[in-house]
Amino acid sequence: MMPRAWWLRDLVYLVIFVAILIGATYLIAYSETYFPAMRYYHRILVMMGINITLAVSLNIINGHAGQFSLGHAGFMAVGAYFAAFLTLYYFGPYVDRLGEGSGQQWLLQNVLLFIAVILGGIVAAIAGYVVGLPSLRLRGDYLAIVTLGFGEIIRVIILNIDKIGAARGLSGIPPWSNFFWVFFFAGLTILISIRLVNSSVGRAFLAIREDEIAAEAMGVDTTKYKVKAFIIGSCLAGVAGGLFAHFSPAYLNPTMFTFIRSFEVVAMVVLGGLGSITGSILAAIILTFLPEALRGVKDFMPGGRDPRMVIYSLMLIILMLTRPQGLFGRRELWDVLSRRKDTIPKEPRDAGDATDKLDRDAGPPVT
Amino acid sequence: MEDFLQNLLNGIAAGSIYALIALGYTMVYGVLKLINFAHGDIFMIGSFVGFYAGRYMARHATGEAASLGSAALVLLLAMLVCGIVGYLNERIAYRPLRNAPRIASLITAIGVSFLLEYGGQMVFGPDPKFFPTLVEKKIIHLGTITTTNYQFIVLAVAIVFMGLLQYIIYGTKFGRALRAVSFNFETASLMGIPTDRIISMTFVLGSMLAAVAGILYGLSYPKIDPLMGIMPGLKAFVAAVLGGIGNVPGAVVGGLLIGIIESFVGGSQFSSYRDGIAFVILIVILLFRPSGLFGRYEPEKV
Repeated sequence: MMPRAWWLRDLVYLVIFVAILIGATYLIAYSETYFPAMRYYHRILVMMGINITLAVSLNIINGHAGQFSLGHAGFMAVGAYFAAFLTLYYFGPYVDRLGEGSGQQWLLQNVLLFIAVILGGIVAAIAGYVVGLPSLRLRGDYLAIVTLGFGEIIRVIILNIDKIGAARGLSGIPPWSNFFWVFFFAGLTILISIRLVNSSVGRAFLAIREDEIAAEAMGVDTTKYKVKAFIIGSCLAGVAGGLFAHFSPAYLNPTMFTFIRSFEVVAMVVLGGLGSITGSILAAIILTFLPEALRGVKDFMPGGRDPRMVIYSLMLIILMLTRPQGLFGRRELWDVLSRRKDTIPKEPRDAGDATDKLDRDAGPPVT
Repeated sequence: MEDFLQNLLNGIAAGSIYALIALGYTMVYGVLKLINFAHGDIFMIGSFVGFYAGRYMARHATGEAASLGSAALVLLLAMLVCGIVGYLNERIAYRPLRNAPRIASLITAIGVSFLLEYGGQMVFGPDPKFFPTLVEKKIIHLGTITTTNYQFIVLAVAIVFMGLLQYIIYGTKFGRALRAVSFNFETASLMGIPTDRIISMTFVLGSMLAAVAGILYGLSYPKIDPLMGIMPGLKAFVAAVLGGIGNVPGAVVGGLLIGIIESFVGGSQFSSYRDGIAFVILIVILLFRPSGLFGRYEPEKV
């Protein structure tokens, strides 16, 4: 018997989800003591969870609201560095003063990690607000390049702050993050995303994506909702960054957050199908797993050169050529599985952003 | 004052390289509305072709006249190879997606960019290489400022190729077709313009300019590696957007502007912010002119 109220139902799901996660975390920790190789798989799983959080949160901006952002790595960096700064300089020494291995310490470090990660998310959200503001005036590719620029500016600023390691990178961050927290926040992100898209805010996002002018004519405050999408998406990216910072080896370096990282996340979202939450999740899993699965290829290569990234990029191109609308298009996993005609949203020929057709007709000519 | 002139000269030399790359971005954007992220890596390929060809030439050609001739030959070879790479790039990765959502070709562009970078690391090796001296380096004193003949070569070559491009776009039948396609894709094809061929040619042309930029870059900053195309490519794209993307003179002005400002920031006490300044300028200018310096403002139609 499922309760009727949505929040109660979500609560039940959440309790079940947390219970499964705690079980899995203990199982992983337990097996790690017997099979050291599990450490490697643990790391891949955690990276998957972080990438899922990133992809689903970017999907809110790119997929639902249709605002093309290429600066996700920047928001991730803000969250990562802020959370790491807090734990390294304030929370860490405080926890260390408590007895080693005591239950009290264990509890406190998890609570403090949660607080640090959330605060990192909030600071990233503020950064998202600042970046979202220029989106009032810019569209399409101009917005894309400005968000990319903001991401790079954030990186250059971090490079110049000595307190957080500058170009040396930030090491010595307490490695408090684990499987549980990463997937807890990934689950939370997915839940937020699903709830959001079915809410009035989410409907406003979709309206803006489909046709901004029509949405405005229908009374949607496009500016407000575009900024909102940026704030939510970047907050969750910041959370992902905070978790990433605290996972061992718990080291941060500005080179981890170049626009290449943003590209990877965009590739996940587009490959999954713009606007499809389950698509983003699946693509995040595939694109995290793929380079790892290709590690073995190196043994067959002469000269010891590693071709896995070449294969990775080739597969990205081939996947995109064979399914330009993404793995799921705009549908979700359950739409694909049920194949019920009435649940499948119509696939417009020109998915992508709504200004596409307009652009091609009236773009600026070469002069 | 002499610092000012010195920075200005360095900036113009660097800026004309950015401008050459930016032209490729802006032409492709003009006809396809596509950000060709692989363009910076084609620039890298040009530099590497120059590296291998230059090394070969250095072994077989001696003397002043021969060295100038071989430098020209290296340039032509790099342009040829890059033109082919650019053509294949468009033919394989973009043309099949002509009618798909635009973002799909953006992802294949990113894929091609990764492919060229990592493929470059496989083929050329990931370690930096030293670009051969195609032309003998001479130091020139102009009053109080010092410069090399390289900066003048860069400037002269860039101006020649920009002039050539200007002629191609405004003086030839192909140029007229190119302008028509970028003005309105569908109408152009209805008027009997072979749009696919024009688009291919645009890629070839843009890639050739990137090859020129690659050689000039190798000449001025002799350390080259397979990831060298990322940053100049990105800044050149910023330059194209700054000038108003799709606008050819805009790309040149944007490239020069970024080169000069970067040079001044690099020479000041804020030199560690050098890589970020291009984006700051971009954001400031786009806040006041949302379609770039020379971009045409398009009112939205319903």
